[in-house]
Amino acid sequence: MAGLINDFLNWLPLGWPVAHDSWLGLLIAGVVHIALILQLVAVSALVFIWLERKISGRIQDRLGPTRVGGKFGWLQTLADGLKLLTKEDLTPDGADKMLFKIAPYVSFCASIAAFIAIPFAGGVYPWIAQHLNTGVFFVLAVMGLEVFGVILAGYSSASKWSLFGAMREAAQVVSYEVPLGMCVVVPVLIAGSLDMVVIGDRQAGLFTNWLVFHDPFTFVTACVYFTCAMASVNRAPFDLAEAESELVAGFHTEYSGLRWSFFFMAEYGSMFAVSILAAILFFGGWHGPVPITSMLGLSGEVGSIGWGLAQAIGLANVLLKGTIGVCVMIWVRWTLPRMRIDQVMTTCLKYCTPIAAAMFLGATLWQYKLPGKNFFGILDLPEAAYEVSEGWQREDASDVGGEDRIADVGANRTHGNNTKGWR
Amino acid sequence: MDAIYWPSFFFLLFSFIACAFALGVLLAKNIVRMAFYLVLSLSSTAGLFFLAGADFVGAMQLMIYVGGTLVLLIFGVMLTSQERFIEMRTSSGEWVVAFFIGLMLFFTLGKAAFGVAAWSGLDRETAEAVQVEQTVTPLAMGLLGARVDKLDEPDAAKQEGMAGYLFQFEIVSVHLLVVLVGAAYLARAKRKASGASAGGS
Repeated sequence: MAGLINDFLNWLPLGWPVAHDSWLGLLIAGVVHIALILQLVAVSALVFIWLERKISGRIQDRLGPTRVGGKFGWLQTLADGLKLLTKEDLTPDGADKMLFKIAPYVSFCASIAAFIAIPFAGGVYPWIAQHLNTGVFFVLAVMGLEVFGVILAGYSSASKWSLFGAMREAAQVVSYEVPLGMCVVVPVLIAGSLDMVVIGDRQAGLFTNWLVFHDPFTFVTACVYFTCAMASVNRAPFDLAEAESELVAGFHTEYSGLRWSFFFMAEYGSMFAVSILAAILFFGGWHGPVPITSMLGLSGEVGSIGWGLAQAIGLANVLLKGTIGVCVMIWVRWTLPRMRIDQVMTTCLKYCTPIAAAMFLGATLWQYKLPGKNFFGILDLPEAAYEVSEGWQREDASDVGGEDRIADVGANRTHGNNTKGWR
Repeated sequence: MDAIYWPSFFFLLFSFIACAFALGVLLAKNIVRMAFYLVLSLSSTAGLFFLAGADFVGAMQLMIYVGGTLVLLIFGVMLTSQERFIEMRTSSGEWVVAFFIGLMLFFTLGKAAFGVAAWSGLDRETAEAVQVEQTVTPLAMGLLGARVDKLDEPDAAKQEGMAGYLFQFEIVSVHLLVVLVGAAYLARAKRKASGASAGGS
């Protein structure tokens, strides 16, 4: 992208030449990526807070906001934001001032940084800020950092409520990361890559190719993943950190105004992030249930209008699936009562972790026994899926023509004369 | 402006942040602040890894070290919530010992860093010609015991060490297991013995 921008700048009559690999293009490309991610998180938070108010209203047989912005109260969140801006920015007397001020930003940064490696459309030129070949791992690692902000907030507020909330949050997030990681490994194992673009493109075509329908084990894994994701982003019924019936407001008791709203932007941002992650890992990512784009023939070469349309439909798919995920979280929040802390821990350690481990084992065995099958073992895996997920192995193995691909990759590279390094 | 070599600039930037906050860890007195500075220092080390094109190692750094500091932070909060340990004071004797140990470690690491011929001073043209292979497969195969990156090596003498990192990997795993068992043992023993000190709060 940087090269493209530089060429464009060179074409503009600026009066000085811009080289193809100039730093200016890189800077502009970086700013564009960051701005897009920031606006996605901020605008989606606006929409989700309104959605939460509307859905919770309907669930409780109320109307929710109706006035601000004309119909449906769709500008309610903006009004809330303006109200928050006018609030006084208080810092408690006994607080650790520096940590207290910095904590909301830590949460918010961690929440936003996860979007860097999340693709919004795939193919050979995916729409992604930074295409990492270990994208899934990066996203998991970064999202685990959000809890830092919460702990810092809880400690620095110099309030017992905050401290209790933060300690609960820490215990909860640290333990839920275990089953969450185990669930994420299952689609990675089936797709054969940590690259989210590869995992998404492996599920191209009809919804039968989605990894959630790959076998019974992945189906259960998707459910466990969503449960653990809800717990790890600290949503009800797992929102022990801010349990208002016991802890006033938990870790953000002492916060007000814009700093408080940063915590909420972070929460909604990471809700969206885990939902998009679920969509990419299990629900086809940017591929809809029916492959409309390839039916309409919208798959030209990179840069053509057909390609752009196909990618835009993919983007819409990802955002829609992410939104559906968030709506399910909202639905669960206003339906189930909050758990006790021991129940939260029991759910994680006695249920989610063993189930995730068993599903991991089952999915491994299934993949071993029925490697070329799809949709609960009924359908054959389409040829395109091989091309995406095992492209490099096939390519190397085809030179030798053997069956055992990985061994052949090695044999190919040794030129058949040295197998000393192999155990 | 193109005279600035941007990879070097960012390397210096990230290493400056890492060193500055490492000093912050040393000089801070509040244990939670120390842990927070440590988080920033380790995060910018992860930034260095990302800069070098080692995404996997960078993400590992974030997950293990930065995420591990989280636990440290929790213990910090637990300790400081009792008000007695809120300030950590370092005596001058400890400073002297720490200074000499640190100096020795610094010289060892410096000697290692500048002593290996293969690591020293690529000029800019050579450095720019290096293509980093964007895949973790060689690393993962190395952990399983096969160095696929070394199979092309024609020199038989350099093919030693092709057995990969399996041995190191296993040692680290066993080490971690021992640490876990030890931690569990200590936690259990303490609860029985220290009834008097725990009753105060």
